[in-house]
Amino acid sequence: MGRIVVTGMGIITAIGKDAGENYDALLNGRHGIGPVSLLDTRHRNEIPAGEIKLTNEELAALCGIGKPELYTRTALLGIIAAREAFETGIARYGINDHARTALVSSSTVGGMDKTEQHFYDFLSNNEYAHYVHTHYCSDSSIKICDYLGLRHMNVTISTACSSSVNAILFGAKLIRHGLADRVIAGGTDALSKFTLNGFNTLMILDREHCRPLDARRQGLNLGEGAAYIVLESEKTALKHHKEILCEISGYANANDAYHQTASSPDGYGPYLSMKEALDMSGLKPSQIDYINAHGTGTDNNDLTEGLAIDRIFAPRVPLVSSTKPFTGHTLAAAGVVETVFSILSIRNGIIFPNLNFSEKIAELSFEPVTELRRADINHVITNSFGFGGNDSSLVLSKY
Amino acid sequence: MTPAWFCQSIDMKAYIRGIGNISPQHSWDNRLKEMEVTGYDNTHLRCIEPHYAEYIKPIQMRRMSRILKMGVAAAGKCLRDAGVEVPDAIITGTGLGMMGDTEKFLVSMLENDERLLTPTAFIQSTHNTVGAHIAVMLKCNKYNFTHVNDTLSFENTLLDGLIRVNENPAEKVLIAGIDEMTDSYFTIARNAGYWKENIDNSLELLRHGGPGSIAGEGAAFFIISGEQHPENYACFSGVRTFYKPVSEAETDQFIIEFLSAHGLGLQDVDILLSGINGDPRGDRIYRRVHEKLFGDNCIAYYKHLCGEYYTSSSFASWLGALILHEQHIPGYIILNDKPLHSPLKNVLIYNYHHDTNHALILLSAC
Repeated sequence: MGRIVVTGMGIITAIGKDAGENYDALLNGRHGIGPVSLLDTRHRNEIPAGEIKLTNEELAALCGIGKPELYTRTALLGIIAAREAFETGIARYGINDHARTALVSSSTVGGMDKTEQHFYDFLSNNEYAHYVHTHYCSDSSIKICDYLGLRHMNVTISTACSSSVNAILFGAKLIRHGLADRVIAGGTDALSKFTLNGFNTLMILDREHCRPLDARRQGLNLGEGAAYIVLESEKTALKHHKEILCEISGYANANDAYHQTASSPDGYGPYLSMKEALDMSGLKPSQIDYINAHGTGTDNNDLTEGLAIDRIFAPRVPLVSSTKPFTGHTLAAAGVVETVFSILSIRNGIIFPNLNFSEKIAELSFEPVTELRRADINHVITNSFGFGGNDSSLVLSKY
Repeated sequence: MTPAWFCQSIDMKAYIRGIGNISPQHSWDNRLKEMEVTGYDNTHLRCIEPHYAEYIKPIQMRRMSRILKMGVAAAGKCLRDAGVEVPDAIITGTGLGMMGDTEKFLVSMLENDERLLTPTAFIQSTHNTVGAHIAVMLKCNKYNFTHVNDTLSFENTLLDGLIRVNENPAEKVLIAGIDEMTDSYFTIARNAGYWKENIDNSLELLRHGGPGSIAGEGAAFFIISGEQHPENYACFSGVRTFYKPVSEAETDQFIIEFLSAHGLGLQDVDILLSGINGDPRGDRIYRRVHEKLFGDNCIAYYKHLCGEYYTSSSFASWLGALILHEQHIPGYIILNDKPLHSPLKNVLIYNYHHDTNHALILLSAC
């Protein structure tokens, strides 16, 4: 089978509205977690989050959209990140034929930001009826396709917090099977009261800045954002003399099949997804230089993910960090946000630190990387695990 | 220029080994010839639900939403029908996801001003809930995926399944289309102009004037595999989606190219199962395609049986598979008077939504 490579990327998170800004913030330890100021919630001063400090009008202006009121925040974030991916991986090479460029996107909240504002209007009148059409998760995909002029397949995936890793995985399959030449793959999720309150009822939101992989972790911080990467076969990338950012050398999707929200005590699903992605890549565990962990900061995730890492790699565990203290947990977008960060790691030979760490988890053999660190990084695993036991991993390799 | 939908697609084919379908019809027994058709005198068609006790333990049932029960039971029936204990992959498609639990949590949040909330509805509101629940019940650690593409949700699920089966022909892959029509969503969509004002018999859907269609819902599961078996119903031999055609000619070309990619001409379509739904705004496009391309073919429809919903093409797939399996086409679905071919070999499902997402599914006799 041919190799699948990445030739473009775009991102917007609480630490920056493009890849350059995100990289700069990661290098300088500048995180985006703080009080919520744009989302209208009673938890504003009590639950910190990784909110992008741009209003919908400002987001629309960034991508030249004249009528922001027709767009959900999820769609606006998606357009901004997908446009950057499209420009860096496709447009700058003068490629105008998008006949076989597919979009594989993902979202968990869809247009909930508008639905929760207008739900009672929906029930009583038709004044905001256009937001009925923006509620479902694929609305942002349609908006992205129209913005970029894509008319080939559009696919939207929703597997909770593993969504965008699954989008990348599915995009790679479409290319492998000749169903698309190029795929813009990723995900987008805006903050909403629905998700903030939902996670709050589960009592897994840290009231302070989150501390993934730390013994005294208290939960996660939610974030919002979007990111997309351009996938294609090595052959077409070389044909267009493209700069290849990395290779997707392995991927896997497994299910923990244990509980709707909790991981199995030994992290069997996470173990399977990492193991199968490694098997596909043909690499030995000792060849993995770095793991960008799912590392949400919840008691359950970090322990079980850590146990699964130990099961595969101990006693020689690669360098590990969770970058969620920078951005918060961006839900559907998390996997592709961290894929972009992992690509930055591979390209620049830098591992971004796991902020706020102080005490090792007793059950685990390893501690995360706590300071910016230079290293020769050839192979990275990035993990995303979600509600419903949906566990997915990617192996990214230097090209 | 290469047309947008052109694909040097691999020869993807998957046999249907088992089916479990909960719909507004008595579809549970997978018998078309004997099925008594059900008409409704209102625009909100609801599923005829089976006795769940055979598939779900009472203790589990208490916390499960209606759509979750429908999904789990239809999956159970499908697996039993196929003689499969644990599938090799679980792939679900849903346009709206778990609307009941989503609304429950949303309303409680809005009414209580973000206070006094409990997590159950939120936990069960994620789009992957049904697929995840089945995985937990069956202890299935394999590939688990959820597609959420409004009216393409089932088509993308089917494509995912076809890719999977093509990679591993011996595998038994569970695919599904699931959507529920809650009272709130029915009202919301009515306010947005989706449904007709009223109707006296859903079976005469196309005779009712005025804008809008009728609302429906369903949970249709299929076990598909690359292996031949005497008990296969039919096979999925192709699926293709097409986004926002710029002209009528492009729509026509999309359909013709799709058939020709499968070695078929228009005359080889024994039955066109049309997504025509009684809304004059959209029916115009269906009728044009019927007349222009399928003037000599038998044309049938299905939305008077299941209503309009995002994954209605999974109901159409059930119908098409049984037509091919039983070599029987019920009179109440036929729209024109063209002579029927014998044997029936190919059923083409054509569905679209708001002139945005057009989709084709090809079913063939085994």
